[in-house]
Amino acid sequence: MAQRIVVDPVTRIEGHLRIEADVDGGRITDAWSSGTMVRGLEIILRGRDPRDAWAFCERACGVCTTVHALASVRTVENALGIVVPPNAELVRNLMFCAHYLQDHVVHFYVLHALDWVDVVSALSADPAQTAAIARSLSSWPKNSEGYFKTVQEKVRSLVASGQLGIFANAYWGHPAYKLPPEVNLLGVAHYLDILEWQKEIIKVHTIFGGKNPHPHYLVGGAYSAVGPENAMTLNAERLALVGKLIDDAIQIVDQVYIPDLLAVASYYKDWAAIGGGVSNYLSYGDLPTRGIGDPSGFKFPRGAVLDRDLSRVHDVDAADPGQITESVAHSWYAYKGGDAASLHPWEGETDFSYTGPKPPYKNLEVEGKYSWLKTPRWKGRAMEVGPLARLLVGYAAGQPEIKEAVDGALAHLAVPATALFSTLGRTAARGIETQLIARWMKGFYSDLVNNIKNGDTRMFNGEKWDPGTWPAEAKGAGFTEAPRGALSHWIVIKDGKIANYQLVVPTTWNGSPRDASGQRSPYEAALIGTPVARADQPLEILRTIHSFDPCIACAVHLYDPHGRRLHQVRVV
Amino acid sequence: MVKEPLSLWQIARSRGYSRRDFLKFCGYLSAALGLEAGQARALTKALETKPRPPVLWFHFQECTCCSESFIKSSHPLLADILLDRISLDYSLTLQAAAGEQAEAAVTETIKNYPGQYILMAEGSVPMKDDGVYCTIAGRTALDGLREAAEKAMAVIAWGSCASNGCVQAASPNPTGATPIHKLLPNVVNVPGCPPIAEVMTGVVAHLLAFGRLPQLDSQGRPKAFYSTRIHDSCYRRPYYDAGLFVESFDDDGAKKGYCLYKMGCRGPQTYNSCGIIRWNGSTSYPIQSGAPCIGCSEAGYYDAGPFYRSLPAFPGFGVESTADRLGIYLAAAAGGGVALHAVATNIRKRRLIKRELEGSLKDKDLKAGKPKDKTEKTEKTEGGA
Repeated sequence: MAQRIVVDPVTRIEGHLRIEADVDGGRITDAWSSGTMVRGLEIILRGRDPRDAWAFCERACGVCTTVHALASVRTVENALGIVVPPNAELVRNLMFCAHYLQDHVVHFYVLHALDWVDVVSALSADPAQTAAIARSLSSWPKNSEGYFKTVQEKVRSLVASGQLGIFANAYWGHPAYKLPPEVNLLGVAHYLDILEWQKEIIKVHTIFGGKNPHPHYLVGGAYSAVGPENAMTLNAERLALVGKLIDDAIQIVDQVYIPDLLAVASYYKDWAAIGGGVSNYLSYGDLPTRGIGDPSGFKFPRGAVLDRDLSRVHDVDAADPGQITESVAHSWYAYKGGDAASLHPWEGETDFSYTGPKPPYKNLEVEGKYSWLKTPRWKGRAMEVGPLARLLVGYAAGQPEIKEAVDGALAHLAVPATALFSTLGRTAARGIETQLIARWMKGFYSDLVNNIKNGDTRMFNGEKWDPGTWPAEAKGAGFTEAPRGALSHWIVIKDGKIANYQLVVPTTWNGSPRDASGQRSPYEAALIGTPVARADQPLEILRTIHSFDPCIACAVHLYDPHGRRLHQVRVV
Repeated sequence: MVKEPLSLWQIARSRGYSRRDFLKFCGYLSAALGLEAGQARALTKALETKPRPPVLWFHFQECTCCSESFIKSSHPLLADILLDRISLDYSLTLQAAAGEQAEAAVTETIKNYPGQYILMAEGSVPMKDDGVYCTIAGRTALDGLREAAEKAMAVIAWGSCASNGCVQAASPNPTGATPIHKLLPNVVNVPGCPPIAEVMTGVVAHLLAFGRLPQLDSQGRPKAFYSTRIHDSCYRRPYYDAGLFVESFDDDGAKKGYCLYKMGCRGPQTYNSCGIIRWNGSTSYPIQSGAPCIGCSEAGYYDAGPFYRSLPAFPGFGVESTADRLGIYLAAAAGGGVALHAVATNIRKRRLIKRELEGSLKDKDLKAGKPKDKTEKTEKTEGGA
């Protein structure tokens, strides 16, 4: 007889996520994923100035800060036919890369590491051995016995204080922890180092957007007016600081993150056969090198991989109304034509219809509706989005840098390509793409500096800034790859104002409830078969869920609570 | 087992920080809070000896930008001591445990440290439809908030969501998003989307050092950080006074770093420390990076758009004349006015700080009383302008 277990709140994520799972014979036999918070931003956007939309959308998420602002300005530019100057595209790429570097590294150490690293076990480590292991992995200057000893002492006094703070009540000593004490100590030390470093790389956002979280974006370009010899604007000092931040980031990724990731992964190879989930992967692609209008120049290619067949990439045309649909069969919304329907977002309806148990409740009624997330599908299929999807699409498309990086990691761990379709694969993919992005960022930086050196200082295209130049009606779509996966925004502009605004967000793809036909989305599918050693300690569930890097505030953004019909949009 | 909490200095020492590190940290904090030398010594002494309360950090309707900002505080000791690993007993973003074990941490802290823990709330509370728009562990946001607030030593509302409802409370506020101070008495509001990291850690440090809340204005905001308009602390202010403005993004004025007033900058009506503390280790702030302020720390700022329309173009904005006219006569007149204003502000601020510190040093008993006993609301009207 299966036992129903509940994990609510799921911690070390963004937002409010609840997992219910049936465990039988030490394994999960079924699972349900529920987003338990909603704000309703889409209706709030109606009637506003489209040039302001980035600021509203950016507040969808402070962890994926910038990605919604970027998608939003691209959406408005697409609707109005604005092409931004090359420098502005480069500034956006630099902000994109800085965000990935901060977000992915922080995810590994701060949000995910404690699923693999036993903090208390680090107490019994021999710091000399930890230093020896660390030196065998990388040339990071802090890899000394004295350093690890200091960290160990910090942990010891923390435990002795009786107040464990964020480490309290956790699963230390759980049989699923497999690292030797020395590697645990390494992980703990770098957890602390990364907390310090992560506040540095985001200074790239501060330089170009004024602050982080939530840097400022601009329809038509970037704010950074270039005055190479002006102390007030984007000058040589500011650019040099960006260059230094990139160099430091490359060092952290190469000498700390990747070695740690590979070291940890080598002890958890069994997780290369757990948590695979759905077998289809979707990427919109991003990091344009020839403008956003030319996906063939993207560093991350656009496309879909189906049935884990890496020999073929399927074309993705998000503007085709036959491709993306959303259903509410198990979501707290009602469709006028019946909840079994699947509607394209452009024709979508959203009417809050909470049918769940009255709080406080013990269990959700999972046979009915059980989440504030809608359920998106691509050509009727459940698709995984995120780092693994990006790399698989890039790999299948033969993007040489991605292919080389993926093959290198597989060879290092001595696992076949099928190992990618797993919890471990997802976590490794995040590291692999971080290393690629750090290098690409350096390239974008050189391009920007060279442009300025050669006299091109344009950052903004103001031709269509004045709403008087806009058509009476315009429609557009904007795409990006958030760290957590494929993100799209959709807009209808009428008489200079937003008539309709829609977002289809990564965690909606990954964390949604079942669709009308009972097909599970990635979280629910990935949990099936996951081992659970102790039913009252959800460590293994957290591993698989965290491998997706959930972001629930994004996913439950912004639905129209008044059930207004959303008009069809055609992409320009 | 309940242990007496350690003081910040004991914690710092046990983490391998030297006395010198600790004093540097105290000096930084004093500067951030605008304290004078004698008062800074009092703060150092307080941090050395006062016990450290546990923290329960709740997430309601929010985007986690406040937590993200907090962990980017630029002083290492702040990150190391105030934030993590020790007193932060509940935080959906950072804590290792999940589900029942996470919720148990809340129950244990309330039970073991009544009147000693700080409740921090990130996000608004949805009040429509019995609160179904935000539940945690099957309970409504309001339910969890009320339970934890009852025995809290202080309640801090992080960011604009918790202070004024932010974006989800913008018209038509579909979920009934409600700021914390409308649900609980004596809440410290620390607005901004997000608040500046050093403002957040500064407020916490003040609480730790003096055992009570910093001085608040009529809107419940700590005066130390929210008594000055960005306009008045902006390094581009001289261009405003001289009538030199950016007329279009990336124009010649933009390349020279002129004033962004005509591009819709909300600096003249926004009370925050962006121009003083700046962001992310004092790297920049929006105006320095060429972006007009959108006024993210002001209540109702999302309904005060469009963002790029300059302030005098709004009906009823009578605080200043139009930028064009100002440029002509302010060049002569405003200089004297600004100087006088600065002197007046400094005198008032010094007086307030003095009163604040005298009060706090008399306050020997950390554990006594409800938050309201520790809150001072001295001035009903905001005098920064």
